[in-house]
Amino acid sequence: MAEEVSRRPYVREMGWRWIFRHPRYVRYMLREFSCLFIGGYTLIMVWGLKQLAEGPAAWQAFLEWLRSPASIVFHAVALGFALYHSITWFNLTPKAMPLQLGEDFVADGLISGAHFAGWAAVSLAVLYFAGAF
Amino acid sequence: MARSNKPLVWGPFAAGGTLTAFLTPALIVLTLLAALGHPPDALGYERLHALVHNSFFKFGLAGVIGLSLWSAAHRLRITAYDLGVRADALVAAVLYLAALGCTGAAIYHLLRI
Repeated sequence: MAEEVSRRPYVREMGWRWIFRHPRYVRYMLREFSCLFIGGYTLIMVWGLKQLAEGPAAWQAFLEWLRSPASIVFHAVALGFALYHSITWFNLTPKAMPLQLGEDFVADGLISGAHFAGWAAVSLAVLYFAGAF
Repeated sequence: MARSNKPLVWGPFAAGGTLTAFLTPALIVLTLLAALGHPPDALGYERLHALVHNSFFKFGLAGVIGLSLWSAAHRLRITAYDLGVRADALVAAVLYLAALGCTGAAIYHLLRI
């Protein structure tokens, strides 16, 4: 009896359509897809380093490629996904590293808020030292 | 006690996720400005070459690139599983090796600068 049952074990189909079953799943997948754009952007950085190592002409070619429509579109979309990654990541920090002082836990908003403040400071510092403004 | 290689995989993922959360948007803004025709001073050849020539900067860039690629590879592995790809060992091997390979390439180019 048991053998007969196990001859045709039930394998639940698990494709990709489930992600559209609930807005929460869609948001989860958008968060996970941010890795494509962060990874892709990092690969562009690696390519930029290669061009920088090869000299001024190669670096100039890299800067010219940056100005192509494909690059502009990629940058715009990647910036959106990177921001979404940062926001979701910092919102999770109270869960990932709850902080207890004496009897009480530090409020969730304080932990994520400190991360958001740090993010703003780091971003401003990078932009300032790179001469963006 | 059962041994697990999970911390080895997950540690760099968490570190890379935190690093990219703090840093990547600002970095993208820098090259986006260049893409729009207003490159910031630091992206000029002389400035950037001198900057990256510094050993601390090289070390930092290698760390940022390595951790970013590793966390992206790990997340892509989990996402592939979520989307129904069941060949997890193969997916993991390909993605982690790609992350390590590209990090190696970055280190190679950094050492040439």
